[in-house]
Amino acid sequence: MTSPTTSPPHIVAGFTVPRVMFQVLLALVPVAAVQAYLHGPRLLWLIAVAGATALACEALALRLRQRSAGPHLRDGSVLVTAALLVLAVPPTLPWWLVAFGTAVAVLIAKHAYGGLGQNPFNPAMVGYAVLLVSFPLDMTSWPTPGAEWDAVTGATALDTLRTSLRQSYTMQEIFAGPAFGHVGGAGSEWINGGALAGGLYLLARRVIRWQIPVAVLAGIAVPAMLAHGLDPGAHAGTAFHLASGATMLGAFFIATDPVSAATTDRGRLIYGAGIGMLTWIIRSWGGFPDGVAFAVLIMNLAVPLIDRYTVPRIYGHPRK
Amino acid sequence: MSGTTLLPAIGMAATLAGVLGAVLAWVAARLPADPDSLVEKIDALLPQTQCGQCRYPGCRPYAAAIASGAADIDRCPPGGDSTARALAALLDRRPRPVDPQYGVTKPRLVAVIDEDRCIGCALCLPACPVDAIVGAPRLMHTVIESQCTGCELCLPPCPVDCITMAPPGTRSSMSDEASVAA
Amino acid sequence: MSRHRGLQLESHKAQPFEQPLLVAPPPRVATMALDQGSGEEAEAVVEPGHSVRVGTVIALGRGAAAGLHSPVSGIVRDIGLRPTVRGTGRCIVIESDGHDEREAGMAPLDWRAKDSTALLECIGAAGVAGLGGAAFPTAAKLELARSTGAELLLLNGAECEPWICCDDALLREQSAAVVLGAQVMLAACGARHCIIAVEDDKPQAIASLESALSSAGDARLEVTVLPAVFPLGAEGPLVAAVTGREVPHDGLPPQVGVVCQNVGTAAAVARLVCEGLPVVSRIVTVTGSGILRPANVQAHIGTPLADLVAACGGYLGSQHTLIAGGSLTGRALTSDAVPVTKGLNCLLVATPADLPARGAEMPCIRCGDCAGVCPAGLLPQQLHVAAQADDAAALTRFGLAACIECGCCDYVCPSAIPLTARFRAARERQQLRERERRRATDARARHERHQRRLHEQAAAERQAFDEARRRARDVDQTGD
Repeated sequence: MTSPTTSPPHIVAGFTVPRVMFQVLLALVPVAAVQAYLHGPRLLWLIAVAGATALACEALALRLRQRSAGPHLRDGSVLVTAALLVLAVPPTLPWWLVAFGTAVAVLIAKHAYGGLGQNPFNPAMVGYAVLLVSFPLDMTSWPTPGAEWDAVTGATALDTLRTSLRQSYTMQEIFAGPAFGHVGGAGSEWINGGALAGGLYLLARRVIRWQIPVAVLAGIAVPAMLAHGLDPGAHAGTAFHLASGATMLGAFFIATDPVSAATTDRGRLIYGAGIGMLTWIIRSWGGFPDGVAFAVLIMNLAVPLIDRYTVPRIYGHPRK
Repeated sequence: MSGTTLLPAIGMAATLAGVLGAVLAWVAARLPADPDSLVEKIDALLPQTQCGQCRYPGCRPYAAAIASGAADIDRCPPGGDSTARALAALLDRRPRPVDPQYGVTKPRLVAVIDEDRCIGCALCLPACPVDAIVGAPRLMHTVIESQCTGCELCLPPCPVDCITMAPPGTRSSMSDEASVAA
Repeated sequence: MSRHRGLQLESHKAQPFEQPLLVAPPPRVATMALDQGSGEEAEAVVEPGHSVRVGTVIALGRGAAAGLHSPVSGIVRDIGLRPTVRGTGRCIVIESDGHDEREAGMAPLDWRAKDSTALLECIGAAGVAGLGGAAFPTAAKLELARSTGAELLLLNGAECEPWICCDDALLREQSAAVVLGAQVMLAACGARHCIIAVEDDKPQAIASLESALSSAGDARLEVTVLPAVFPLGAEGPLVAAVTGREVPHDGLPPQVGVVCQNVGTAAAVARLVCEGLPVVSRIVTVTGSGILRPANVQAHIGTPLADLVAACGGYLGSQHTLIAGGSLTGRALTSDAVPVTKGLNCLLVATPADLPARGAEMPCIRCGDCAGVCPAGLLPQQLHVAAQADDAAALTRFGLAACIECGCCDYVCPSAIPLTARFRAARERQQLRERERRRATDARARHERHQRRLHEQAAAERQAFDEARRRARDVDQTGD
């Protein structure tokens, strides 16, 4: 009697790329909900625009590369890219800029390098960076929290901190300003809280591993703590940094993109720490108010080097 | 740019170029590339068939020719395209396939002497570049299969054409059948 | 290596224990594969027409193949190719006369009176081989342990792979035999103590073993309980988990003072000393959703698997995949005429429900889950890239040779990449390349000798010519 034969191993766990991607999208719901609550439902419209653009660009790119579009459109990876990009940009951004940024992310940062699994740079961050450099004014006008939706825009807490420090205001005066909430930026701290909740969900479900988020947060927290300890007047403390800007989103969702991150456990700790430290450095002394995007892109450059030097010891080989 | 800044700029650039060039020349003189080691490395990639299809008398002369630039890397049919690619990677050149005018890449074949027709003339013995043929004048000759590189240099000298090329293992299965039939 | 890296899987081991241990009758036709699982064939010493009895030597051990003995009495019908676990293989086919007469001279051994050399000879002559699956001659392994001075005998009762539970059944019912076998092996190889490793999902086996140990009262033997993680039962991870030492990648366990044996092998040694009987039977787990009454079966070597299926009530349903082994490392079979061998521990008759279909292969997303479960500490994601590019240097650098082909990386991969199959193919290509390189090096050396010989010959001829000319000139001169 003949029977169909399979090759060992004959069983698999059943994790699939679509399942991983949809877990990530699920974990983004708290963040998106908080941001929509604070800044208005326009966010949801932008997510829809970005999602549609992402799928259209993916289909176009796959057609041009003569690959079958079906399985890749269903794997959800472009939707994650689209969602992260929308959550990173100000919700007052014109919809065509969101579409443009998404198109850059999918067509250039992902498919020009070979599609799923081949991009050396984080696609969402590439889209964000292109938008930031090309349209700086639109990209740095965030709505002031509590104000009527799309009525008043102003600088974020991080931005205010930098400019005010240069104008020699004291830390206490700065923190009393309207852009600041209890711990971090007003509104921003709730967004970070939502991202943290989503991130902890992903950790619990084993979708991401702890090395990158912990390293990123430590990379921001440790320099912040040291600098604040040495010169409290010139540097904000750990809590502020952890609760402002895109810290939590970056630590749990952006830096953890597996394709562009380091691939070994030790390598991931170095990669995450690098992102954290660069973020803090750019925030303190760099040209942009929030450094997460550029920190991620710079560390993406370093990934092949990190991978090369963090190969773990193989069983049976001598311990060096 | 005004004249006051132009001349110093040119002077500085020229000095820098001169100094760096001198450093490079000194380093190159102190650490010369060892030509012998290059020949060794090339020879290590060649299949050692010693067949002469590359128009050189053996693999080492061909390796020396590649190192000196007298021959290109596409002349080795027994090595095939994979050897050509490995040579291209070693020498940092564009890979190219084996040039058919030097021969065709074949799967590994070994020489088999048909013992019924061998007349024991011993003309094939010196032809083998790796001394894989055992025999003596007027005694039976045989090819040691594990040592035969498939170079086919023994075929032309044989006056009765009793040597053929066959896939490895043919000889032993032939003898199995012979003993079963006996 | 980090201990206990691997997978915690659903064990599927409960069903066969709803039946007691079945004893299958001897087969009408015994098909004795000359390759009993080690990859090498033993040397047949019988021919068609010979009559044999239970225990008659039918093949001599050679290299990695242990000797083979007839499990039935009858007549040798044929020696030829038959379906085996590896596809086809040369087999000695014996037709039983139904009498089960034993070979004369089989008697219990007074093993305590024999020295280690004599014990090793008896074990070797009885064809005892690794019943855990590798079927390597036990005597050779113990001999190496003795000469290297290994001090620990590690009995492997871990049985970490899903579905397989023959060692569990053995420990539940025949613990005393395992203990006796351990004592004999200790005497044969000179090890000083013995640890029997069992996983914690076998409480009855552990209890039975502990009561057998307390009856034996031998302080050198003890039980260690390990967590039920696959592939903790593989030799490398097992040695590390029990002793904390790692077997060097280019070496064997005796180099770190350990010799490993399967508990089934120990039981076979016990049967040898108690009855004088060589290895002619073993316990096989017959299980899967495609079997009516899954059970553990004490079966004769050479029994067709179809007979075992029949003993367990036959097939259930119509769509099956037959697997020799477990669901992670077992080999799929195309026919149930394949006979039981010393290395065959389980027949898994799997239905599509047991083996969820793998999705379509997607590109690697570098999630690193594979590296997280690899018990050998490898980076399968890097090996995958190297295997696709057929980059020999990268494959060596990332340690392809250390891969034990356990399948853990395959199991967790979200992109459904058939990593294990790719690594197996890459390994074969590496071996071919190695062989080619060695052949080329040999050829070069012979060519250089050939050139030297020609130079020396030419030099000798020139010298002889000069000598002759000089002598001729001398003669001329003297002649003048």
